[in-house]
This record gives sequence, C-alpha cells and structure tokens, in this order.
Amino acid sequence: MSENKKQSDEAIMMKIREDILTPMTKFPLSYKIWIGSLLTIIAVAIWGYIIQLQNGLGETGMRDYVSWGVYIASFVFFVATALVGMLISAVVGLVGQKWITPISRIAEMIALAFAMVAGIAIVADMGRPDRILNLFMHGRFQSPIIWDVTVVNLYIFISILLLFLPLLPDLGIIRNHMKKDLPKWQWNLYNILSLGWVGTPGQYKILHSTIRVLLILIVPVAMALHTVTSWLSALTLRAGWDSTIFGPYYVTGAFVAGSGAVLVAMYFIRKAYKLEDYITDFHFDKMGKLMVLVGLVYLYFNINEFIVPGYKMKAADADHIHTLFSLHGEYGVMFWLTQIFGLLLPITLGLFKPFRKPFPMMLIGIAIVIGAWFKRVIIVVPTMIHAYLPIQNVPEEFHHYSPTGLEITVTLGIMAMGILIVSILVKLFPVIPMWEIAEEKGVDIHKDL
Amino acid sequence: MSKKITPEATSRRNFLKKFGISVGGATAVTSLGLLSSCVSDDEEKVPMLTTDGKVINSDKSTLKLNLNEMQKRSREGLSGKKFVMVIDLAKCKNARKCMSACQGAHHLKPEQHHINVLQTENAEGTGFYYQPKPCMQCDNPPCTKVCPVDATFKRKDGIVLIDNERCIGCRFCIAACPYSARVFNWSEPKYYEGDENAIYDMELNVPQKKGTVSKCLFSADRLRIGKLPYCVSACPNGTYWFGDANEDAVTNGTSKETVRLSNLLSDNGAYTLLPELGTKPSVYYLPPKDRMFEYKAGELNYLGEEEPKGHRS
Repeated sequence: MSENKKQSDEAIMMKIREDILTPMTKFPLSYKIWIGSLLTIIAVAIWGYIIQLQNGLGETGMRDYVSWGVYIASFVFFVATALVGMLISAVVGLVGQKWITPISRIAEMIALAFAMVAGIAIVADMGRPDRILNLFMHGRFQSPIIWDVTVVNLYIFISILLLFLPLLPDLGIIRNHMKKDLPKWQWNLYNILSLGWVGTPGQYKILHSTIRVLLILIVPVAMALHTVTSWLSALTLRAGWDSTIFGPYYVTGAFVAGSGAVLVAMYFIRKAYKLEDYITDFHFDKMGKLMVLVGLVYLYFNINEFIVPGYKMKAADADHIHTLFSLHGEYGVMFWLTQIFGLLLPITLGLFKPFRKPFPMMLIGIAIVIGAWFKRVIIVVPTMIHAYLPIQNVPEEFHHYSPTGLEITVTLGIMAMGILIVSILVKLFPVIPMWEIAEEKGVDIHKDL
Repeated sequence: MSKKITPEATSRRNFLKKFGISVGGATAVTSLGLLSSCVSDDEEKVPMLTTDGKVINSDKSTLKLNLNEMQKRSREGLSGKKFVMVIDLAKCKNARKCMSACQGAHHLKPEQHHINVLQTENAEGTGFYYQPKPCMQCDNPPCTKVCPVDATFKRKDGIVLIDNERCIGCRFCIAACPYSARVFNWSEPKYYEGDENAIYDMELNVPQKKGTVSKCLFSADRLRIGKLPYCVSACPNGTYWFGDANEDAVTNGTSKETVRLSNLLSDNGAYTLLPELGTKPSVYYLPPKDRMFEYKAGELNYLGEEEPKGHRS
C-alpha cells in the first residue's frame, strides 16, 4: 500500500471520528432538558399506573363492550413502528440500495426501542399483571397471544443482534481512540462490548456473512410479528375485524408508520449532532420516495379494507362503516382526519421534490406518526362498539369509549419511554456506522482502525 | 381501597383451613358422612385432625374441599352429561328475576350480567320481544380458543367455565365472544359477607376477583348437587327449560314439568343465536309466537336508566 493512500485513509478516518464521536462526549443543556422532560413524563405515568394497579382497570375508559382501548392501540402502533428496522436494513438493504447506510442504525435503534415498549403497553393493559408468568406456566399454543409473545421476543432478540454486531468495528474504533475523551466506566463498557475486535479480514468476513444471515432472517420474523398482531383482531368473529387482508394491511401500515418515525428521527439527530455531511438532502429525498411507495401500497390495502364491506353493507359491517365514513358517525371525523393527514397528504406531497427536503419531510413524518397512532385507535375501538347483540341494561358509559386522563398519561409515559431509549442509544453509540461509511469512501478498513 | 378484603387474611379459621383441612382434605371429606351422623345441626364444632397429629374442634363450616381439589373437579365436570337450556321467548315478560337471582348468587354488580334480558326485534316492524341471553355454552367456543393460559375452558359436560385464580385479565375472550356474554371486574368486586374467608369456587365463580373475567356458568355448582340453575329456578313465568341432552329431557324451572328435549325443539321450531358463526350454542330459543305479554316501548332499563339512542337494537 502506498504511503499516500495510507495518509489519506487516516485523514478520512480522523474526520469521520471527529464528526460522529464528538457529539457522544458532549451533553449540552438541550439534551439534558430533553431527557429530563421524558423522565418527568415517565415518572407521572408510573404514578398513574400505580393508581391503576391499586384500583383496577376501571380507572381507564374501557368497559365490558369496548374492552380494548388506547393501550392495545398503542401496542399495535409500537409494533408497527418497530417494523421499520426490518424495512430499511433488510428489505431495502438486501436489494442493494446503498443510500440506507447512514440511516440504517437509526432505524435499528427505533426498532429495538419500540419493540421493547410494545411489551410494556401489553402489560399496562393486563388486568392481572402479577400473573404474567402464567403465560409460561400455563401457556396454550392455540392462543394467538402466545404466538405474539413468541415472535415479539424473537424480533427483539434479532434486533439486538442486528444493532450490536454492526457496532463491533465502531466499538473497536472508540476503544482505540477515545480512551482519554471518555469517563473510565464508559471506555470500559466499550472495551468489553467490542469483544476484542481488531478488524482482521477474517473478522470482517464473519461479520458480513452473519449480518447477511440476520437480515434475511428478520424478514419472515418481522412479517410474522405484525401478521400475528393483526390476527389478535382478525381471528375473532367481530364484524369490523373479520378481514382476510388484515395481515398485509397491518404490515404495509407499519412501513408507513416506521418511515414517518425515521424521517423525524433523521431530522432531529442530524440537527443535534450536526451530521449534515452524512445525512444529506439526498437521504431525505430517498426516504421521501420510499415513504410514498409504501404509502401507496398501504392506500391500496385501505381501499380494499373499506370498499369491499362498504359496498356490500352487511348489517354488522354497515354499522361499522357508518361510524367511520359518516361525519356524524362516532369516529367519522377522526377517521377522515387520520386518512387525510396521515396518509393521503403525505403521499401527495411526497410526490413533489420540494417537499422531500429535510424540514418538510420532518413535518410530514410527524403527521404520519400521529396519524398512525390514531389509525390504530380506529382499527381497535369502533369495532368493539358494534357487538352483534344489543348493548342494554348497562350504564351509558358502557356504550362508548373515551380514554381517561390516567389512561392517556400512562400511554404517553410508555411513548416517552420508547423515545427515551432511542435518545440514550443515540448518545451511547455512534449513530452512523463509521466503518461502513469509511468502506464506502474507499478506506481500507481491513485493519485495526 | 380501605376496606380491601384479602382472601389470605390470617385468621385462626383460615389457618385451620389452609393447613388442617387442605392437606387432610380428602380424609375430612370421606369422613364427612360419619361426622354428620353424630353431629346434630345446631352444633357448630366438629373434631378434626391437624397436620401435626392433634385432634382439634373446629367450625363445621370449615369442612370444605381445598382449592386444588375444587379446581380439579370443577375443571373435569360431570360425567355423561351434556347440559342444555331452552328459552321460550313467548313466555318472557321481562320480570328480570333471573337477572337478580344470578347477580345475587355470583356476587355481581348491577351492571354485570351473566344473564341479560334484552329488548329486541328480528327485523324492523316484526315486533319487539324480551330475550334472556345467558352464555351460549358453545360446543365450539371462540373464547376458550384464544385464552393464552387455559383459564377459560370447556368441560366434558359442555359447560364453559372461567378460572379466576389463573386469568391474567387480557380480555381476549371478551373480544372473541360474539354474544357479549362475558363481563370483567374492572374494579374491586362486590364482596358479600363471608367472601373474605371463602375458598374460591370455580363453579360459582365466587369470590369474584378484581382484574379477572367472569361469565355465566350454567350454575355448575347447582348442577353438581342435582338442582336447576339459579336463573331457571327464579323465573316466575315458565320461560326456562333446563336439562341434559344425553337424557333428552328438560325440566321447566317454574312448573317443574319434564318433557322430551327433542320434541320441545322440533315442535316449536327452535333456533340458536347467530348460528352462521359456527359456535354451536347449547342454548336454544323457542320463537316469540303468541306472546303472553304486552311489550312496553321506552321502558327503563335494568338500572332504571333510559337506553341511549342511536345504535342498533
């Protein structure tokens, strides 16, 4: 290797290290305020949850007829958003798209964090969380809940590996270069986690093939995860859920939600860490196009999901459709706002290049994420209002569902926990895969960097 | 929250129940016949053997099976039986005695219905009638399939029970039931006197527990002692027939008349609710023909409230 090449490699690496590792060592006031507010929300939510534990789920707006509410809707939302890890790294990555490199780790972090809090949302919804071990002691495999518990844990496991293994070379870099810049415990942490990575060609070979196997593996697991989640509804006899396309309807909806979440995260991480050289307008443009693509597929499933029963108007379906379509229906306004701001507008605007700039993309991402959450409420709640038999001899509150303040607080707390996990992960680990960027820039990475 | 009653309260009675009777439960029960022959009704104390071999005198009321044995026999059910209910819609006058008897027996709150008398009509303009709706005790129950922990299950006599010692409160069974037959203990249940010391009886689902599901059990505890269900016995209008499909016989809860089940069903054109869903209910309805009552529109509901408008009935 020529001396020149070696020097230029060293210069490139120096810049990458400088750009990506420096923000990790700084804790500006804005970051502290951000973490502080998230912790405050979580603390209030824990207090709310303790009240719920003491007094029972009667503290929520749920009753015998609408017996699933925003907890379950949030669970579905978290699982949906978590699917983005699989979309970006596996689906887009495996077809050979190179532009995902600087955002793949952000996607993986979101995936891991949201898959973990999905589990918390389920526990918050349980009447007897103290008996959660019954799932393992008395688990019956006929129940889709057992399938869901199995695939959620499998997905979390693979997501951890998919986040951790590509981190190894980066951890090696930190171990080699950051000893004087980091507190002792933190350097020790990286030292242990780097598992003695030295970056021999053999190590890279194993790393590449392992990641590839995991990327292929996570596709069916992610599909199974969200399909099973959709089956929690679709396998019941209820009119609004009695749909054969619920699996793909959920999976494609998840891609939209996840794209929105990544757009928002990309924008703020780029801004906070000054990563404009790595996450460029080009990446927002590409993500915007991807969002339009998955949005169109989701729109197609939406049309199928609503036009087919809406045309036939079977008695039970008709009630459900009326609640959603008519602006006088109980969920009419929410339905149309969600469909317009959460899906139709993002797709339409995303078609035009000026809207695929970072700032408009971030705004569209926020609309998508909020819309995605409300869409899950629309999927879960209105169906339960329409039982086959009349709802009678029960108090007025049993006929409708509106979440209580406590329920919303706990939900916000779970969301804050997901965002907190992401915020800690991006501070603790390099948010851009340094070795992959270096490799793309032609640096010879097959040595201890 | 101040008057929370825990079944684990450590009274002396409970101590005896837990250790003296639980362990030696089987012995105590086999000797029950012997004991009851020498103890007259007004005597409260009976001699019993504790685990450490001492003979003590204890309240007769503590002579009960322990929880494990109760659970075991409740999960098995009664051999050779297939319980069915026939509801004659022409007879129901909305007396709601079934509802109150049921709520009393199962320690339910006024808004919790194991059986609910609905006001309904088959199609617009075909006339309203009252429709008592218990759990259908389906032969192909959608609720038991989805339970992740086998807390709700179908027994060999066809009754679908719920074990509130095992239920995790996920409410998947509530979502799965097309008949809205299940209720949930959203807050602290209604406790009756004695509930704090009672051993949980799955066949009665008493004491009720916060955070668990409850449902109609066809009064499995009454069936075990050869009696008709609470609702059936309480009806003043002869609406209910109850019996065993294997014997092909059902008895009217009011008149105590016993008839052939197959004749009753075929002579009257009986039907089941939502048969198209394939759940195979064990509850049959006789059509509301020649109704013996005047339907009063706009009646107050069971809670003395007007039913909210704007949804299907």
